[in-house]
Amino acid sequence: MLLSVENIEVTIARPKGGAVRPVLDVSLCVEAGETVALVGESGCGKSMTCLAIGGLLPRRGYVSAGQVRFQGQDLVPLPADQARALRRSGMASVFQDATGGLNPVRTIGWQIAEAVRLRKGGTRAECRAEAVRLLGRVGLPAPERRAREYPHQFSGGMNQRAMIALAIAGDPKLLIADEATTALDVTLQAQILDLIGDLRDTLGMGVLFVTHDLGLVAQSADRVVVMYAGRAVESRAVGPIFAAPRHPYTSGLLNALPRPDADRARLASIDGVVPPIDALPPGCAFAPRCPHRSGLCEQADPALTGSVACHHPVREAAA
Amino acid sequence: MSVILQARGLTKSYQSRRGGLLRRPRRFFAVEGVDLTLAQGETLGIVGESGCGKSTLAKLLLGLIEADGGSVRIGGEDSLNVSDAQWRGLRRRMQMVYQDAAGALDPRLRVRAQVEEPLRIHGLPPEAAADALRAVGLSGALAGRYPHEMSGGQLQRVVIARALALGPELLVLDEPVSALDVSIQAQIVNLLEDLQRDRGLSYVFVSHDLGVVRHISDRIAVMYLGRIVEEAPRGTFYAGPLHPYSRALLDAVPRPDPARRRETAARIGDPPNPASPPTGCRFHPRCPFAADICKTEPPALRDFGGRRAACHRAEEIG
Amino acid sequence: MRWVTIKSLRAVLTMWLVVTFVFFVLRLSGDPTDVLLPDDIDQATRDFYRTLWGLDAPLWDQYVSYLRGLAHGDFGISFRNNQDAFQLVRDRVPKTALLGGTAIAIALLLGVPLGVLAALYRDSWLDRTVMGLAVFGFSMPNFFLGILLILIFSLQLRWLPSSGSGTWWHLIMPALTLGTGFAAQIARYTRSSMIDVLSKPYMRTARSKGAGPARRVGLHALPNASVPVVTILGLKVGEMLGWAVVTETVFAWPGIGRLLTNAVATRDLAVVQCIMIVLAFTMVSANVIVDLVYGWLDPRVRVGAGARQR
Ligand SMILES: Nc1ncnc2c1ncn2[C@@H]1O[C@H](COP(=O)(O)OP(=O)(O)OP(=O)(O)O)[C@@H](O)[C@H]1O
Ligand SMILES: Nc1ncnc2c1ncn2[C@@H]1O[C@H](COP(=O)(O)OP(=O)(O)OP(=O)(O)O)[C@@H](O)[C@H]1O
Ligand code: SF4
Ligand SMILES: [Mg+2]
Ligand SMILES: [Mg+2]
Repeated sequence: MLLSVENIEVTIARPKGGAVRPVLDVSLCVEAGETVALVGESGCGKSMTCLAIGGLLPRRGYVSAGQVRFQGQDLVPLPADQARALRRSGMASVFQDATGGLNPVRTIGWQIAEAVRLRKGGTRAECRAEAVRLLGRVGLPAPERRAREYPHQFSGGMNQRAMIALAIAGDPKLLIADEATTALDVTLQAQILDLIGDLRDTLGMGVLFVTHDLGLVAQSADRVVVMYAGRAVESRAVGPIFAAPRHPYTSGLLNALPRPDADRARLASIDGVVPPIDALPPGCAFAPRCPHRSGLCEQADPALTGSVACHHPVREAAA
Repeated sequence: MSVILQARGLTKSYQSRRGGLLRRPRRFFAVEGVDLTLAQGETLGIVGESGCGKSTLAKLLLGLIEADGGSVRIGGEDSLNVSDAQWRGLRRRMQMVYQDAAGALDPRLRVRAQVEEPLRIHGLPPEAAADALRAVGLSGALAGRYPHEMSGGQLQRVVIARALALGPELLVLDEPVSALDVSIQAQIVNLLEDLQRDRGLSYVFVSHDLGVVRHISDRIAVMYLGRIVEEAPRGTFYAGPLHPYSRALLDAVPRPDPARRRETAARIGDPPNPASPPTGCRFHPRCPFAADICKTEPPALRDFGGRRAACHRAEEIG
Repeated sequence: MRWVTIKSLRAVLTMWLVVTFVFFVLRLSGDPTDVLLPDDIDQATRDFYRTLWGLDAPLWDQYVSYLRGLAHGDFGISFRNNQDAFQLVRDRVPKTALLGGTAIAIALLLGVPLGVLAALYRDSWLDRTVMGLAVFGFSMPNFFLGILLILIFSLQLRWLPSSGSGTWWHLIMPALTLGTGFAAQIARYTRSSMIDVLSKPYMRTARSKGAGPARRVGLHALPNASVPVVTILGLKVGEMLGWAVVTETVFAWPGIGRLLTNAVATRDLAVVQCIMIVLAFTMVSANVIVDLVYGWLDPRVRVGAGARQR
């Protein structure tokens, strides 16, 4: 098992006392060579989960419960420098805002070479040459010249390619891509998605792919973890989950998609909105929006049993 | 069916480089020679990638920015050359819903006041505001809230209610659901469809999401770097577009069905900078079908029996 | 290239405005012979000096001939001791440069690390201490600090000389006096600029590469955070020169400031004008240097956005 996250909870302390818990209970695992998609509505804690895995939580943020096992080793209790060393040699992250994610005063080549140097070592010239090779690998034309340019001279799509080159420097085992294609146009998005899939296959990486676009999930994921209000509520292989979702939330999300084969049919929406993380309802957080809710749902929080956390999962046959 | 909106040769250019002592300013066309027609009760979807001029076109249609050239007729009246009084009358018949809902609202005003505002400006009784708010499902206590107390989907409803308050016939919607989650997006799309059915509204629906556009539109227009490169009824368009760019777009759309994954996406390269478009057919550097003529001759938007496409090789491709 | 031309033109224009302003203000604010010559002197002698110093000609003619002199590198003659004004000023420049340079060095060596530390540990006791000190150093008038230092280190402890410039020991207190206030300001600007930069997405990228804290601060954050600090530094050079005059007077430091105080008191026009030109020149050069450093630090200034920017 490459990555196995077990029941993590993320706490962010407030400067004036108190704390919020954007992630309450998330478990997921990623094997080498597979893509696991993490989906859910905005604010449900997808990014916080990724940051917790990558050791990149904001100030005052920490994993307050659970385990993040990477290549068998739980990173949560380790001292900062040891955890950093393990992550450095094995995992990399790509985020939505590529242009902001690159340092404006350093050349693209410098930034990638630095990643090579930190992850793999080597002389300055070797790292530079490797940076240029990586830029070519992600499909940037004229990588030699481009390596000497700055992020502001690149378009958004080129910066995202550069970010991916930076991430795959030193051949990481795990790539965390948090909405890496969200800001891009569809044509570009498709190309970046193919690039990530291609890298996954050739390098044997595991990919944790965060998105709120179910189309992208269907296109690229092997397994899917659905999050709602800080919890993983359903976690299954992509085929079954699209064919027969078990959690009412998953089924709601899928039904809300405009379908090419059902032109003009009315879309099924989920009423209401995601509750704010500091004012979750008692019981199942989805209960107020759920068409199947019962009195039980409003009192007891359903545990993730098997692959779904719901008191009244949709039956496979019925879906 | 009567024509509610007719645009001819709409053109708008912007400065791409500031001029200086020794430097001439450079201009580029954000929208160039756009012809469009919209019938009463119809929805026209406009798609294209970021920076291709969709928002600019939307504002031009409503006269919210001044066009460099071309004409727009709203219900038969030339809306670009009218007196102020006529303009106010026209303005009531067409409304815009902006891309950024939160930014379009005044953070210091309660929602009800925001919706009443256009009525007050036009000297109309504020009762219509309550109707509009009810129509978008925001009655009662919600109408007394401030924008920061509402979710993204609710804000989008407020913006739609404000546009509806004046009783328009035409709504131009600029990416009304792009910032919303699918479940909320579905709520808004359903709302727009209900309103259209109940009030006979006509929509120009700008989006970069081909799935949503397909769902809501009767006709689709594809923009590329300021020009319309294809326009077709929804069915024919999604069955097989004529323009290579439309094809690339449709190819790239991920299908929400893991059993029918698309093959590798066409490697059509990164989009060019809209401020310095290529010569000839603006799509030629990325076009898999490009021939020599494409590099020099801009293709005209030609008619292909009920659909239009601007490609030299449309016959061979289609 | 065009950029350089515009900058130089603007610099020359600034200098010319300063010269003209100083020239007219000085002439219009009183007759130098009143101060320089004894009160009981007779009119004939007075007129003799007026002619000698060219004060009898119409103001406009004086101005034109002064400018003509300047163009040939002639800054006029000191009325007081008949020396070449430029010579007088030039002899003092190294002293002031030494004082100012040391003060800037102190300000940077103290202000930047303290600002960085305060930002890294913001809201901690360290941050609060540093910022408390900064408010103190920032709001305390310069001469007051000078006198305080003299009281403690010269009069009480007798460790340091209170005036003059013979040895390195003499430099310590004036430089501290001049540097402290700036160190405080730089600490504040560095802190806020650093806090801004630390929250930028590219800092998270640096973390995700596995870069340690020192590398993240030194190679990623500081180069970005220094851009606004450098701008502020350039703007503050003028203010610094003003305080230098005060400091030199307090410590009897034989630099330009002292010379200026004396020259103003005695209406030594040529010297005052020459000093003003030197000060203006310093400020203009400081701005040019800041622009160059700015371009060197921030490629967005140096390398035009080019055709690819979106
Ligand atoms: N620095 C922070 N301090 C406190 N709360 C935070 C902080 N950053 C984010 N949050 C909260 O944590 C919750 C989860 O945020 P997160 O960014 O993980 O959501 P997400 O699922 O990635 O959403 P999106 O799709 O919008 O990116 C949100 O409610 C957000 O408001
Ligand atoms: N006021 C303006 N001044 C100068 N250029 C402008 C202005 N408004 C828009 N542009 C430019 O015109 C082009 C078209 O912009 P527009 O906003 O219409 O694109 P869009 O298709 O709506 O893009 P998006 O999908 O990102 O909203 C862009 O290159 C943009 O940078
Ligand atoms: S005109 Fe030529 S370049 Fe343009 S889309 Fe058609 S084939 Fe491609
Ligand atoms: Mg996120
Ligand atoms: Mg737009």
